[in-house]
Parts: sequence; structure tokens; C-alpha cells
Amino acid sequence: MSMPITNSLARPAVPAIRRVPWTLLIFLLLAPLAWIGSRYSIFLVTEITIDALFAISLNLLLGTTGLVSFGHVAYFGVGAYVCGILMKTYGVSFAIAFPAAGLGAALAALVFGYFCVRLTKIYFAMLTLAFSQIIWAICFKWNAVTGGDQGIADVPFPDMQWMDSIPGISGLSANARFYLLALTLVAVAIAVIGMITRSPFGRMLTAIRDNRERAAFIGLNVRAYELAVFVVAGGFAGLSGALYGIFTRGVFPDYVFWPKSAEVMIMAILGGMGFFWGPAVGALVLVWLNQEITNYTEYWPFVLGTMLLVLLFALPGGVLGGLAGLYGTLRRRMGRRDA
Amino acid sequence: MTVSLIAAQLFSGLTTAMFLFLIASGLSLVFGIMRVLNFAHGSFYMVGAYIAWQVVTWLHPTGGAFWIAALASGVGVAILGGVVERLLLRHLYGQEELYQLLFTYALVLILGDTAKFIWGTDQLSVQGPPVLSGGLHLLGTILPYYNLFIIVVGPAIAIGVGLMLSRSSAGRLLRAAAYDREMLGALGANVGLLYTGMFVASSFLAGLAGALITPIVSVVPGMDVEVIVQAFIVVVIGGLGSFWGTFWGAMIYGLTLSFGILVFPEFSLFSVYALMAVVLIVRPWGLFGRPIR
Repeated sequence: MSMPITNSLARPAVPAIRRVPWTLLIFLLLAPLAWIGSRYSIFLVTEITIDALFAISLNLLLGTTGLVSFGHVAYFGVGAYVCGILMKTYGVSFAIAFPAAGLGAALAALVFGYFCVRLTKIYFAMLTLAFSQIIWAICFKWNAVTGGDQGIADVPFPDMQWMDSIPGISGLSANARFYLLALTLVAVAIAVIGMITRSPFGRMLTAIRDNRERAAFIGLNVRAYELAVFVVAGGFAGLSGALYGIFTRGVFPDYVFWPKSAEVMIMAILGGMGFFWGPAVGALVLVWLNQEITNYTEYWPFVLGTMLLVLLFALPGGVLGGLAGLYGTLRRRMGRRDA
Repeated sequence: MTVSLIAAQLFSGLTTAMFLFLIASGLSLVFGIMRVLNFAHGSFYMVGAYIAWQVVTWLHPTGGAFWIAALASGVGVAILGGVVERLLLRHLYGQEELYQLLFTYALVLILGDTAKFIWGTDQLSVQGPPVLSGGLHLLGTILPYYNLFIIVVGPAIAIGVGLMLSRSSAGRLLRAAAYDREMLGALGANVGLLYTGMFVASSFLAGLAGALITPIVSVVPGMDVEVIVQAFIVVVIGGLGSFWGTFWGAMIYGLTLSFGILVFPEFSLFSVYALMAVVLIVRPWGLFGRPIR
């Protein structure tokens, strides 16, 4: 192996497209929907926002570190249940239940991840799946705490009276307020994930993805880094789960069942896991298509499966990968080849 | 605990174990030899169950209809598997496992909905073969003849496939493919054909298992995703790719589940997942498997 040693830790030249504060821009673009959007569009965009955080948290593992976790839904579920149980059963306020959901999920990810990072490739995927099914079995059977197969219904909305003091908000419905709250929290979370990805820590993760052996060779404690990112990703998944439980006004064992892990993975791939915003684009396309197509047919899984096949065989880079490819082709066609 | 209770749990555990073995063996063989983790294996099993119901309904449930249906399920699903492997799966062999996982998941979605489209969402039940109606009084409990049949058929198939793998020339080639696919190809074996054959055989087993279970549980949508997780547990406990490991993994699973219900009724489901996790932590290659690469 006599490949030139590339210094992947050096800060690469930042292209113009990366200097745009995308999170802020998207936040500012979406926030007005609370005032002008219909009930339906607010509902849809809230779901997309929450799913986008879930998918981006998964991509910390999948795209950034190259860890194929088939059990990411476990931490989403832990977050949803922790928040739901605290708010419904114990009447704890959202301001405490929300961070507790993130911490609870991160803690679960720490315990499970400790074992998972000892394995690689398909065994890693299997063990993450096994742990997520353990969480599912607990949620499904522990009637006294999780409500068993009935789940926890009627999770209350957070108290959003305080928002009245912000000008312009006092006239908004509860759904619109929750949308603004979720959008803000998700935007902050995504901004933090972005900072993590661009930090030296994030670059180490990419080094591990590109070549695990070489990363270990230059003295990186690969397992420690993998565990750290597993915990971080789990924590953010927990936050998205907490929001989702409130959004759907209930937490059910299906939220932790393994097909949901596959679904979030499809979001990441669909948008393009090679891009930071790829999973969010995937969430957008998936949730929106789901709503549109279920208006016409109940066979949404069939459509999703077919879409997945097309994706795997024709567009492995996802939507953004396809667009980037198209952009590159256009540039070359126009003869503006730059080195 | 009385003798009859223990005997009853033992029989139900053994029956579960042999069903799971029938399902999991194909999953394990495909992983061991082709390194593909096939989520759609559970869907093949479900399609097998629906085909069995369909054939029994057409032939009217008399006499030998059930046996014809079981054979038709095996063959029908084998053909389906062959088509899937030839047309699609083979293009993904060189790819990352993530793409293969998602490909088989896409099949789960498509087959699940197709079955719903054709057969609806009602529970369908199939009458077992009249020859095997009734049961055997044993140790203070009743063991239905049909369950006894399954308990016998499981090991019979295990021994048959085991002998095929260890003695026949095709079995030798398959074991060689598990070790080193490229070397085997370089030595002149038709690895592509071998893979197709393997996938077809595994689909046949899944379809057969689906047909054989119909007299015991009703055929419903969702039986595919439910069973695949159980089959994964069995395969992981025994050792991914280890044929006899799958057999013992199924035994451990079946008996843990049936006796676990006696000890912790709420958490017997939990106990099998915990068992899977412990095995993965201590011996990721399974109790009876060998580490690979």
C-alpha cells in the first residue's frame, strides 16, 4: 500500500457552499409557516423536522463514522418513553423531561455501545439490532411502567403559555406553537451536530470511516471514538424521540420495533449519507411522499420498497448525490473545468 | 412443577424449536456461504404459508391436499427466490453489507404488501392433514400427532442437509465457497450457479416451513417481520453460517422460551433477546460457529 498519506486532519479549503449558515437559513425559511401554514402543512413539517433530527443523528454513525447501526431506533424509543413517562405519569415539565430523554438515551447508548464497538461490520449491525429488540421487548411487556402493548396514550403538550410574552405568538394555536418549539430545538440540535462533525473529533471519525486500521495505526483509540459518537448519536436520537412522542400524543412499542430502524436508514440513504443534510432531505421526501401516496393507496410499503430498489440500483448516492453528480456533469459540459 | 407440566412445556418448546430450525437453517446457510443477511427470508416463509392456504382452498381440504400444498409452497417460493437472486441480488454481491441489508428489506416491504393485496388482511387458517389428527397421551399430557410429526421432521431434514453438506460434491463446493469464493472461482467452479442453487434451496426451506406451520398458527400479514427476528436470534445463538449451530440454537431458543414462561411469565420474550445479546458479546461467532475473518 503505497498510497500518499493525505492529511485528513488539516482543515480543507472551505467551498462557498459550506460557508452558508444552512441551519439558520432553513430555520428562518421554515419558521413563518407557523403563521401562514395550514394546519396540515404545519403537521407535515413538524414531522419532517423531528424525523430529520433522527436521521441526521443516525448519519453521525452511518455516514460520518461508517458504523452500520441497525438498532438506532432503540435510542429514539428510550427518549420517547422517558419523556412520555415523565410527562404523563409523573407530571414533570417538558423543560426537565426533554433533556432527561436525551440523557436517558445517551446512557442507554453508553451501556449498549460499550459492547457494540467491540464488534465490526455485520456483527456490529446484529448486536445493535439485538439491543434494540431488547428495548422493544421491555417496552412491549413491562405493563406497569410502559403500558405494554397499549403504550402511553395522551402524552400532554408542553406548557407553552410562556410563549405569549414573545411578540406575534399569542394568537397561535397549540399545534403551531409546538411546531415553533420543535423547530427551534431541532435547529439547535442540528447546529450542534454540525459543529461536532466539523470539529477535530468529527474529522477523527471520518478518518476511522475511511480506514479503521490506519486510524488505529496512527495511535487513535478507535473504540473510544466509536463509543463516544455512538453515545452522542444516541442522545440526539433520544431528543428526537421525545419530540415525536409529544407530536403524536402518545408513545407505543411500534416506535421501537426494528422496521423503524430500517426506515430511518432509508431516509439517510435516500437523501444521501455522504452529505450532512442528506438525511434531512431523505426525511422530507419520505414523509411527504408517505402523506401524498397514502391519500391514494394503502400500499405505501410497496411504493417505499420499489423506491428503495430504484435507489439501490440506480442512485446509490441518494437525492443529493444524484444532484451533485448532475451539477458536476453540467459544469464539465460548460467547459469550466477547475482543478 | 408437575411432570405433566414439564412434559407439556418440553413438547411445545421442541415444536417451536423445530419450526424455527426449518426457517433459520436457510437463513444461516445463505449467510454462511453467500455472506448475505437476508431479511426477506421471513417474507419467503410468509408467502409459503399463503400459497399453502391457497392450494388447500383450491383442492378442497380433503385427503392429500395438505401435502400437495406443502410441496407447492416449497417449489413456488424456491422459484421466487431463484428469480430474485438471478435478476437482482447478484448485482449486489460486491457491495457493502448496508446495501444488501436494505435490498432484502425492500423485498420485505414489497412482498408484504403484495401478499396483502392478493390475500387481504384476514386471518386465514388451514386444516392439518387428517392422517395426523388426534394426539398421543404421554407423561400426563397430550402431544398432538402433528406436533410429533414436526418434531421428527426437523431432525430428519437437519440430518439430510447435514449429510448433503458434508458428503456430496455440491456440499464440498458450498463449504469451499464459504471459505474463499474467489479461489473457488479461479479453480473453475461455477460460483454463480452455486449461489443461485444455495438461494433456491434456502427459499425452498422457508416456503416449506411456512406451509407446515399453517395448521398450528393462522396466516396473517406481519408474520414475516415477526418470524425473521426470531430466526435471527436462533442463528446468532448457534453461530451465523454454522448449520448444526442453527439446529442447537433453535433448541436453546425453543426451550428457553417455553420454560422461561414458567419462571418469568412477563419476561420470557426478554430472556431470549438477552440470551442473543450475551452470546454476541461473549462469542460473536455464536456458540457453535467459528470466527470468520
